[in-house]
Amino acid sequence: MSGLSIDNISMRFDLPDGGHVQALKDVSLDLQAGELLSVLGPSGCGKTTLLNIVAGFLAPTEGQIVLNGHQVTGPDAERGMVFQQGALFEWMSVRDNVGFGPSMKGMPSKEKAEIVDHLLDVVGLQDFKEKAVYELSGGMQQRVSLARCLANDPDVILMDEPLGALDALTREKMQSLVLKLWKETGKTIILITHSVEEALLLGERLLVMAPRPGRIHKEYRLPFADLGVGQDLREVKKHPDFAVKREEILGMIWDMEEEIMGRSEDAA
Amino acid sequence: MIPFLVYIAIFVAAFYVVSYIAQKTAKRDYTSLKTVTFGDESAVRSNRAASFISIVTLFVIWGAFTGSKMLPGFMHAPGPFFGDTSFTYTAEANGQRDDAEVHFRVHRPDETPEPIEIDPGEGFAKNDSELVVAWRSKLLRVDRNDEISKSDGATVVAINGEPIAPGGSVAVNGGIVTLSDKGTPSFEPDSGLQMEPIWLPSPEGVVLRTVEIASTGFQGSTLWEHLGFSLYRVLLGFLCGALVGIPLGYAMGLSDWFRGWFDPIVEFMRPVPPLALIPLVIIWAGIGETGKIILLFLAALWIMAISARSGVSGVKISKVHAAYSLGASKWQIMRHVIIPNSLPEIFTGARVAMGVCWGTVVAAELVAAEKGAGKMIVAASKFQNTDIVIMGIILIGIIGFGIDVLMRYAEKILVPWKGKG
Repeated sequence: MSGLSIDNISMRFDLPDGGHVQALKDVSLDLQAGELLSVLGPSGCGKTTLLNIVAGFLAPTEGQIVLNGHQVTGPDAERGMVFQQGALFEWMSVRDNVGFGPSMKGMPSKEKAEIVDHLLDVVGLQDFKEKAVYELSGGMQQRVSLARCLANDPDVILMDEPLGALDALTREKMQSLVLKLWKETGKTIILITHSVEEALLLGERLLVMAPRPGRIHKEYRLPFADLGVGQDLREVKKHPDFAVKREEILGMIWDMEEEIMGRSEDAA
Repeated sequence: MIPFLVYIAIFVAAFYVVSYIAQKTAKRDYTSLKTVTFGDESAVRSNRAASFISIVTLFVIWGAFTGSKMLPGFMHAPGPFFGDTSFTYTAEANGQRDDAEVHFRVHRPDETPEPIEIDPGEGFAKNDSELVVAWRSKLLRVDRNDEISKSDGATVVAINGEPIAPGGSVAVNGGIVTLSDKGTPSFEPDSGLQMEPIWLPSPEGVVLRTVEIASTGFQGSTLWEHLGFSLYRVLLGFLCGALVGIPLGYAMGLSDWFRGWFDPIVEFMRPVPPLALIPLVIIWAGIGETGKIILLFLAALWIMAISARSGVSGVKISKVHAAYSLGASKWQIMRHVIIPNSLPEIFTGARVAMGVCWGTVVAAELVAAEKGAGKMIVAASKFQNTDIVIMGIILIGIIGFGIDVLMRYAEKILVPWKGKG
């Protein structure tokens, strides 16, 4: 059985003051191999927690994650991760960062060098191979992160707001790159984002989560990611459906935020 | 006081001179266009001219107030009186008075000249001749060769014709004559404003002494042996401290049992000045090499443990997560993520530890040692060899500074990613 199955995940933990937090409640979702899912929601809705559970950094209190027929119990090279920023190893060159996964596996250096060269070509950083990562701009660093993740050839790529710290122009270029890599490699991708536009553009499927307890609020299937492959993303944004969906989701998240505000005011 | 006022005067004068010259040759760089510089830290750059003048000023003042031969004579502060001088005293006995001359020859501390040949002269009071060292005073029993001495009732009533009573004083050529409470005159030659070599030797005196000590040695060891021993102790003590401290710090950063067990010990020992441990180390290990190495080991241990611990704690969790999801094992994470990530902190700790060790070894040698920089200066101070003491302090400072420069250089070469994460 190929694909990723998030099976009835709940997560609840105690606080030092005796209370408890229900971070996630009954989250279930099935992803086919090669699907791109974007996850959106107000802060505190548990989207990062969900990603960490899929990655294997956190254990759910109920439910299980099943990937390709086996249960996830911890981090593994089959599930690659791309972080927001600062997760590159600044003591290594660009090449060694990208080659980190293959090195850990003990891959012969010739084979590794081919993979690294190929991926640096794909992300357009061939000329920066020998540079230290801290000499690169933020956008370039995220390209290295993507290449590093792909070098390990994972089944699933988990992205935790990978473009969140980039400026608007760089962000748009990186969104195209993510779509291109997705189509070319056929990887299953889960992408967490704060930006409604980014979630719409990149998500073949889009999950809106609601807070307290963290749960799935609504799911969409969208055409924009497929449209965006090989097309200017600004053209995609002109699609009449795009604006409609954007307003709908923004309204949804606004309502949730107001509800949170209202609740905390009641509590006060 | 006067050297300090001169120093302030040079500080202010140099500021105006340099500012005036700088205005004439102003560069139009970005900072020069800032209108707000007071409070803008980035606009305050160290003035190279000020640094240069500052160092030169220190040496010039040092030279001027020690009569250095490296400075032209007109730059010297007024020196002490040297040479021959004389004054007359008037003795009174049994109602009669008689004058006699006293000749003084004022000489340098390291000279032993002959006294001035004199003729005893007429009358019951006879002429005297004496030697006196500059910066010292001499009590002169002028009546010792007189026909009527003090015990016979003779008293000194005037100096150079000026009446004087016990406790009073009269200025004479080249000095001042004071009559003691018991009526004996004492001559104190003018000391001027220069420092006596025994308090502060001239710069060239220190340099000459350095050359001498470097070739012939002091207290049975050459200068290089003294400095070499101190450096050897620092390096050995620091290495032992680092070899134990870094693994201890890693263990404290990676295991909560280790952290809990050693935290109270490390946090308690860290603020204890290593100097406070010297007496205990001497009791336990004696004054030999072992004691010194133990002391320096203890000085470096806590600093290295704390820096290694914070180096491990400082690793961003996203880096560790990234490494795990790239398939790294625990050992690989240690080798490729935790250790390189902690190296900048460890280097910072090593710099601090080397500084502390260098200070501690000198202090420990001051207390008790056979060889070493500290031993050298404390032994020299007991013989009033101020030049060796000053030379030792300067060399200790240069070596301490050199260690820090080397550590910073090593840091730049070995951990270029410091502060870039």
